[in-house]
Amino acid sequence: MPAPTSKTTTLTRFDFIRQGLGRVAAFGLGVVGGLAAFAARKNNTIWQIDPMKCTQCGHCATACVLTPSAVKCVQSYPICGYCRLCFGYFQPNAPELTSAAENQLCPTGAIERKFVEDPYWEYNITEATCIGCAKCVKACEMFGNASFYLQVRHDRCVNCNDCSIARQCPSDAWVRLPASDPYLLKHKLHPKTQLNLELPPWNTPKS
Amino acid sequence: MEHAEKLGRVLHAGIWRERSAGILAGEFWRRLAARSRRPLFRWLLLAFAMGVLGLVSNASADEMRFPAPAFTSGYRLPDTTVPEPTSQAKQWIDVVVLVAVLSLASWLAIQKRTRKGIFALMVFSLLYFGFYKRGCVCPIGSIQNVTLSLFNSSYAVPITVLIFFVTPLAFALFFGRVFCSSVCALGAIQDLVILKPITLPRKLTIGLSMIPYAYLGVAILFAATNTGFVICRYDPFIGFFRLDGNAPYLYLGAGFLLAGVFIARPYCRFFCPYGVLLGFMSRFARWHLTITPTECVNCRLCEKSCPFDYVEKPNLGLAREHRAVGVQRLGYLFCLLPGLILLGGWVGHRLSIPMSRYNHSVMVAENLLVEKANPDLKPSLETTTFRTQGTPEAKLMAEAQLVRSRMNVGGWLLGGLLGLVFGAKLVGVSVARTQKDYEVDKAHCFSCARCCPYCPSDAIHKGNFVPGNPAYEAALALAKQEGTTPEAIAKGKPA
Repeated sequence: MPAPTSKTTTLTRFDFIRQGLGRVAAFGLGVVGGLAAFAARKNNTIWQIDPMKCTQCGHCATACVLTPSAVKCVQSYPICGYCRLCFGYFQPNAPELTSAAENQLCPTGAIERKFVEDPYWEYNITEATCIGCAKCVKACEMFGNASFYLQVRHDRCVNCNDCSIARQCPSDAWVRLPASDPYLLKHKLHPKTQLNLELPPWNTPKS
Repeated sequence: MEHAEKLGRVLHAGIWRERSAGILAGEFWRRLAARSRRPLFRWLLLAFAMGVLGLVSNASADEMRFPAPAFTSGYRLPDTTVPEPTSQAKQWIDVVVLVAVLSLASWLAIQKRTRKGIFALMVFSLLYFGFYKRGCVCPIGSIQNVTLSLFNSSYAVPITVLIFFVTPLAFALFFGRVFCSSVCALGAIQDLVILKPITLPRKLTIGLSMIPYAYLGVAILFAATNTGFVICRYDPFIGFFRLDGNAPYLYLGAGFLLAGVFIARPYCRFFCPYGVLLGFMSRFARWHLTITPTECVNCRLCEKSCPFDYVEKPNLGLAREHRAVGVQRLGYLFCLLPGLILLGGWVGHRLSIPMSRYNHSVMVAENLLVEKANPDLKPSLETTTFRTQGTPEAKLMAEAQLVRSRMNVGGWLLGGLLGLVFGAKLVGVSVARTQKDYEVDKAHCFSCARCCPYCPSDAIHKGNFVPGNPAYEAALALAKQEGTTPEAIAKGKPA
């Protein structure tokens, strides 16, 4: 404990400057904190992929700090055509339309194909095996209804402050969303956004 | 591209094969009629009509190449699952834990003066903030969130992150850098590996201690221009906390830990950008951990207790240079200061162009220009993507130009400030202030309380200045060297 000092102790010049600078530091902290608090939001933010901007480059599978990536393919059932020949499910040169591994496009066999009624088939993503490579997404967007799309799955995502996939995304598709509304579901997106869905030019067949 | 085209041809053939086989043909109108009862399809149909009317330029024909089926078996569409963000739910608990640990650490460092208590708290923080919370968001990284929200109106810092930024600084202003010793997971993991700390030459430490300022400046510059969060990107230990990560960063972390066996807490002392801010605050801390609880008797026992060399020795008895020599040197240094600032600013300005290349817009814009100049060049993924998105090129160029000009201004400012800091450090080194006692370097001390047990006054007061007590053991070692008794050493010598 410091020795008790009487109130009349004169302040040395050095201590006076020190005290003043200390107050300046406190003031600076208050200003920065106050300014930031002025603009602060109650809700925390999380990362998400804007499916309308995503170009399925494949970085989501490789750049995530988690193995496998926290990005998974999701199926939008209202958009899906329930095609028998699903372009996201089958290899382009699939020998036959069965769920045999050599027919599948998915490198990990993460798409489950279920018969509904003739001629419709339901396609579901098994998230435990999906690696977020977007091969099915790309094919479905090119030739199908584009019902497959990538989303960050928040039961897996650790929400890095500097998302390492966002950093590598070539199409600037990564956005910070409020944690209370953490998904950009394709069928729920604003109609306008959905209408403006632009397909890559290589989708249009060359004459 | 080639693969995509090949895929395209084959798949298109596939479509026609299917259609000609009659599987999908004829279904279209039946499906359309069935779908029009659904609200989603109703607006799609409406949008299609609008498209035909020319109100919407984009044709929606591409939208649903295959109309959604009209199920007859009573099949119901499943819902897309939306798992809640698990890491975010307990954000406020983290804030409470942070404040509680900081308060406890302040009490342990200043009132209790116990290394064991602080060590236990540090291990808890390593487990909680490091391995359980997996290191995000930490106060070090929060510098960037606060900066981004101050410079970019479209981003708002979450209030919990702001609290993470402000609280350790506020604690430092009152109680010193207790955050470093007890809360920071990055510090804790390094603290555990301090086995054979060595003393670094002073010139080297002064040079190395410029790095945090530069790192902080670059981090702020990058965050302010929305270029990226460099502190998080080059965080060496985050991979350990997540037990997963990219190899180069894991090697970097392993390197830091390996160096940390000899150079105590290398990241904290020579890299941590948050340490700069904490140092500003801690320098003026109202209550700070002290080596001795009473009055220093200059027994020298604490001299080697600090693995970070933050125990400052008294310099009363030392021979001092002539006053005029010191004043003259100080004069030269002050004359040098504007030169240092200008030089720093110029270097920062020169570096602003390469630095701006880390920005996405600048990078895409530069690649576009390069590809325009050399048409044979294979277009990069980024430029291809940019072209498909249909954003006007002028907009991108303007954005890139803005980032560049901001980086330029920031480069001048940052470089100038670094010049100033370097000058101030030189002045600080050349001015010798009288010091009577052994004291901690308040700006840099991590408040780890390693020095506390070495002060004999507490032990003597409590009557346990006996073999086994760290102060007694240190005194015994010193006494053996000097041919005297530990008790005599503990009495110290007059300053």
